[in-house]
Amino acid sequence: MEKMLLAGLGVYDWLDDRLGLGMMWNATMGHKVPRSVNWWYVFGSCALFAFTFQIITGIFLAFVYIPSPDHAYQSLYWITHKEVLGNVIRGIHYWGASAMVLVVFIHMTAHYLTGSYKFPRELQWISGSLLLICTILMAFTGQLLRWNQDAYWAVVVGAEQAARTPFIGGWVMQLLTAGPVVGGGTLTRFYAIHVFLVPGAMLGLIGMHLYLVIYKGVSEWPIPGEPVDPKTYWPNYQRILHEDGEPFFPVGTSRDAFMGLLAGVVVLALAVFAGAATLGHPADPTLPANPRPDWYLIWYFALLALIPPSSEDYFIILFPALAFGVLFLIPLANKGERHYSKRPWAVAIVAFAAIITAILVFEGYESPWSPVFVGPTNSGIPSVPQQATRGLNAQQLLGAHLLHTEGCMACHMIDNVGGLRGPNLTYIADRNTYNQLVTRIMNGGGGMPAYGNTLTPKKAAAIVAFLQTLTQFPQAAAGNSP
Amino acid sequence: MSISIPTLTRKLMTREGFLGIFTLSFGALGGLAVGIPIIGYIFVPLFKQPAERWQTVTFSNGPKSGKTITLSQIAVGDTVEASFEANGPVPWAGRTAVQAAWLRRTGQNSFIAYAVYCTHLGCPIHWLNEPKIFLCPCHGSVFNADGTVAGGPAPRPLFHYETRVVNGRVQIKTHPLPIYS
Repeated sequence: MEKMLLAGLGVYDWLDDRLGLGMMWNATMGHKVPRSVNWWYVFGSCALFAFTFQIITGIFLAFVYIPSPDHAYQSLYWITHKEVLGNVIRGIHYWGASAMVLVVFIHMTAHYLTGSYKFPRELQWISGSLLLICTILMAFTGQLLRWNQDAYWAVVVGAEQAARTPFIGGWVMQLLTAGPVVGGGTLTRFYAIHVFLVPGAMLGLIGMHLYLVIYKGVSEWPIPGEPVDPKTYWPNYQRILHEDGEPFFPVGTSRDAFMGLLAGVVVLALAVFAGAATLGHPADPTLPANPRPDWYLIWYFALLALIPPSSEDYFIILFPALAFGVLFLIPLANKGERHYSKRPWAVAIVAFAAIITAILVFEGYESPWSPVFVGPTNSGIPSVPQQATRGLNAQQLLGAHLLHTEGCMACHMIDNVGGLRGPNLTYIADRNTYNQLVTRIMNGGGGMPAYGNTLTPKKAAAIVAFLQTLTQFPQAAAGNSP
Repeated sequence: MSISIPTLTRKLMTREGFLGIFTLSFGALGGLAVGIPIIGYIFVPLFKQPAERWQTVTFSNGPKSGKTITLSQIAVGDTVEASFEANGPVPWAGRTAVQAAWLRRTGQNSFIAYAVYCTHLGCPIHWLNEPKIFLCPCHGSVFNADGTVAGGPAPRPLFHYETRVVNGRVQIKTHPLPIYS
């Protein structure tokens, strides 16, 4: 036993001599961190774990996935439905991506609120911001690789947005699509960006990010009323480490390990029980689509839908430019208070951003601005529900039928069926006279097309006759016909 | 640590200084020589635009899917979804080698072929045959049968491809993804 132990130690000594293991350990795991480091510091390592798992599962997906338009969808279908454990690997990659975006945002918010980006860690913030951009790029390019209807048209929409960049828009679009239209060249380009270019950049940036953790140290938990002064901060920080620091291992690492385990279990459970995003219909340029990004970009999609259309040309370019510009400029304010209790504006900005994002994500899923289509190819118009047509005369029935054939129900709702794009028509006749309704149908307005060119007055009358049967006040309606 | 210009000059005028400059400049030259074509490869799509071609169109969907559209199959005033091969698809492009257009017969020998891309953000528009409008599923832009904006956020009329009729067959001239700006 003792002999074996001694032999083992001998092997370690040899490896340590040739590899410098002890030196490496002392410089990383052994580096001193302030004792005030707490649970808010776990999200950086959590993001690193997520990235590691994305790399590993990504490589395994590449074992089977074929980045070619005529096989991409099929190979992904194979991974998801035919292969043993394939759906788990794809599920981890899918939920891991969500986890990574979420954790990166929490990590960034925590260090913004504690002012950790201030002197001397400004470049830590900058490298983190670049990593954030990379993370978003990964999320967007990853979605395309599914090569389904949503993916295909999301790239068309992305390219059309890029094309609006002043002066160079057309070029940016051509570089994105890598061909005259979205097609085979686009897929391989996005594939190379997703699996080589951006991950390569991220490896470099993560290296810089981690090097800076060691070189400039982990920031101490801020104390209100103790502002950062570049003249005194560094000696003061050295004193904190010297007097009250503890090695990163094992106290700090135990928190990181627990959080990593928790996140891993949640991601695995989601992968196994909820599975990856459904694949839907394979990409087809001739079929209808209503592309919608995954949740981490859906807030931007919602924002674009909610702003006035006339401002879009500027907004599409200026918003991302401003958002990232501000992000990079944040560490210019590298002095002063760090603690959030002394920085009301910082707290207000975070609260405002969180509330707006939550609302936009909700709105994005609801999409009240989108017409509703039904049926197998998603191109049919909803029909007026049957309970609304009981006991009607021929003219009223024709009206109900016309609401379907004329496309009205794509944007309007009757008894909770139909679209939210335009006003709900269920009790519209209670609020409008016969003539007002006819006028609105014939002339349009407020986003609605004028039906006067294609709809006969008789048909318009039938539609209004039907709408007048729907009322909250059945007694009053009796004497209300024209 | 700051360094004055004379000190720097003195340091550079030594053997080490010369070899330092030698290393940096030859490294830079080598990097540039190899780097220009490598980085240039990224920008190839800007220069490699396949020529536009006339393509015979077929029915996109429905019972006649894949059949060539001839004059006898589409009445004046009708609008159907047509597909055609895009210009220069890669040989492995599969289904994405085709493009779609809404083909409207406006006269005995005249057609208009609207691109399916909404002028708002590029989503594929639907044709509704009864009200004779195009409706975009994304943000509810509406276009009249003649391609003009009838409602919603779309800023400009639909893009249309050039069309011609050859031996009773309808042809569309391919065009890259239209840029609306």
